[in-house]
Amino acid sequence: MTTLRPFPLAAREELQNAQLRANLRHATDTIRAKRARVVGEAPDWEELRAAAAAIKDDVLAQLDRYLEQFADAVEASGGHVHWAEDAAAANAVVVDVARSHGVTSVVKMKSLTTDEIRLNEALEAAGVEALETDFAELILQLDGDWPSHILVPAIHRNRREIRDLFARTISPGLASDDPAALAEASRRYLRERFLAARVGVSGANFAVAESGTICVVESEGNGRMCTTLPEVLVSVVGIEKLVPTLADLEVFLQLLPRSSTGERMNPYTSLWTGVRAGDGPQELHVVLLDNGRTRVLGDATGREALRCIRCSACLNVCPVYTRTGGHAYGSVYPGPIGAILTPQLVGIENAPTLPFASSLCGACADVCPVRIDIPGILVHLRAQAVAATRRPGERAVFVLVAAAFGSARRFSFAQRLGRVAQRPFARSGRIRSLPGPLAAWTRTRDLAPLAPRSFRDWWRAR
Amino acid sequence: MRRAYRRAGSLDRPERVALFCERVADYRARVVRTDASSIADAVAGVADGRRLCVPDGVPAGWVPAAVERVRDDDLAPSELDALDGVLTGCTVAIAETGTIVLTSAPDEGRRAITLVPDLHVVVVAEDRIVELVPEGLESVAPLVRDEHRPVTFVSGPSATSDIELDRVEGVHGPRSLVVIVAAERVGSGA
Repeated sequence: MTTLRPFPLAAREELQNAQLRANLRHATDTIRAKRARVVGEAPDWEELRAAAAAIKDDVLAQLDRYLEQFADAVEASGGHVHWAEDAAAANAVVVDVARSHGVTSVVKMKSLTTDEIRLNEALEAAGVEALETDFAELILQLDGDWPSHILVPAIHRNRREIRDLFARTISPGLASDDPAALAEASRRYLRERFLAARVGVSGANFAVAESGTICVVESEGNGRMCTTLPEVLVSVVGIEKLVPTLADLEVFLQLLPRSSTGERMNPYTSLWTGVRAGDGPQELHVVLLDNGRTRVLGDATGREALRCIRCSACLNVCPVYTRTGGHAYGSVYPGPIGAILTPQLVGIENAPTLPFASSLCGACADVCPVRIDIPGILVHLRAQAVAATRRPGERAVFVLVAAAFGSARRFSFAQRLGRVAQRPFARSGRIRSLPGPLAAWTRTRDLAPLAPRSFRDWWRAR
Repeated sequence: MRRAYRRAGSLDRPERVALFCERVADYRARVVRTDASSIADAVAGVADGRRLCVPDGVPAGWVPAAVERVRDDDLAPSELDALDGVLTGCTVAIAETGTIVLTSAPDEGRRAITLVPDLHVVVVAEDRIVELVPEGLESVAPLVRDEHRPVTFVSGPSATSDIELDRVEGVHGPRSLVVIVAAERVGSGA
């Protein structure tokens, strides 16, 4: 794992893009309003959230047992189970399946998990084309771009940009930028590919331990195409996607669409259990992916992040995400959830700036359907990031600060000292720039100078 | 584990049916209410003169004379693509979310036939409409556990909101969904 680009650097670049900010603002405002409406409609929303958190915590506490139960059930219903410790192992399974069937292309439904392991690149290196069939993922693939939002990966592209791209690639001469015309262009382009596909690749939203069932939710029907029409299906499942029983789906199938697209229910939800003669793929491979998840599980505070069902509600309310967009987070998991998940998956030393990409306002925790304490985990990871980076100067400063705050007399002395020290910098009630390493603070904001007299002094003099 | 959320509905049947119709229509699907004896007329009203794939379990009485009934003899995807549409029943329907649930039952057919054709006409008997998602799942869970039946929840026509969050109906699945809600118990065909 290479170290991610520091968030502040990446964010500064993204913030220069006015088009991106306008697109993001429009999209996140729209989706927030839709979510608020359908969540307000559910009288038992808090009870659903509580149940979801409890179910996921139970899964995480006994993950080994549920995984074995799930794997046994998949095998019993005619599927093959592959255990993949990391991205390379998972990719190798998919490449092997494609090769054993002699195909040069596979159709794929949108899956963050396969983005995480960079499956498409691995397939390409093996001479197999991975065709993305989700509308937004297709846009990104055609343009060599990368998702910037969990639910709407091409949220940073507007209709004119999409029209121009399609006219250059799949639909020469396309003139209209009407969303219906754009959707029609992708339907026409993909239809032949779906009908001829022999191998499909999917992720999973949920995997049911008791029955070996895989569940995916979607809107367009491309997922149904990928999981129904080909002879062979490979489903890549992160091990945290398990739920114990089919009845548990009743909780998540209510929480996810309302949190994610702001709908009461998404257009299509598919459940499949092994293979069924005469109906759908006759060969099923299920790849159970770890890729850092057991490491997250080892952290009693941080493991709550594994409850995540990838709804993206936290992105849409985050004051940082809604301005920088997803690319600044340098990972397929952007926004607040990415800021706590990515550093844990790849190691805090490889993403030390991500836990700081937040104002700790707590909006994310309020909307999280599985009640992940995102601000709490951010603070927890910040402590780890500080411990992991050797900055003796900063540490010394904080030792001094702690000492100053430790007694009234020292505090008062520090204030007097500060009032003298700030003199060269305070102009008309504001400090606009500080020297040396302190300049980092004033680069993006003014600092209020210490008042000429403290409250205590004023009180004493009354 | 404590489940304090609603697991049983509180509406009576007319309210439940009305809610279902309202919620399905919300997805810009077409809703036609009829009584059990007039299902064929309702189908004719939306698919007159069309070639529809009709699973063997669908009662003959649902299929109007003016519709060409095509059997699913293991039709290839390209053959399904050449059809005008598909006519099926459903296992259960959920009022609160306007969802129909398919389980590859004899009157529903395999998954591909309700996916590839551009028009899906589905007959929902009123007594199959439940109020809540938990009630809907409860009725299909045994089919999954015991028979490994695939399950598809359908809530409106295929859609995408990927372009500036503007919802467009009809991407890869059927672009038209017609839900015929039949007042009395209709033959299950099983």
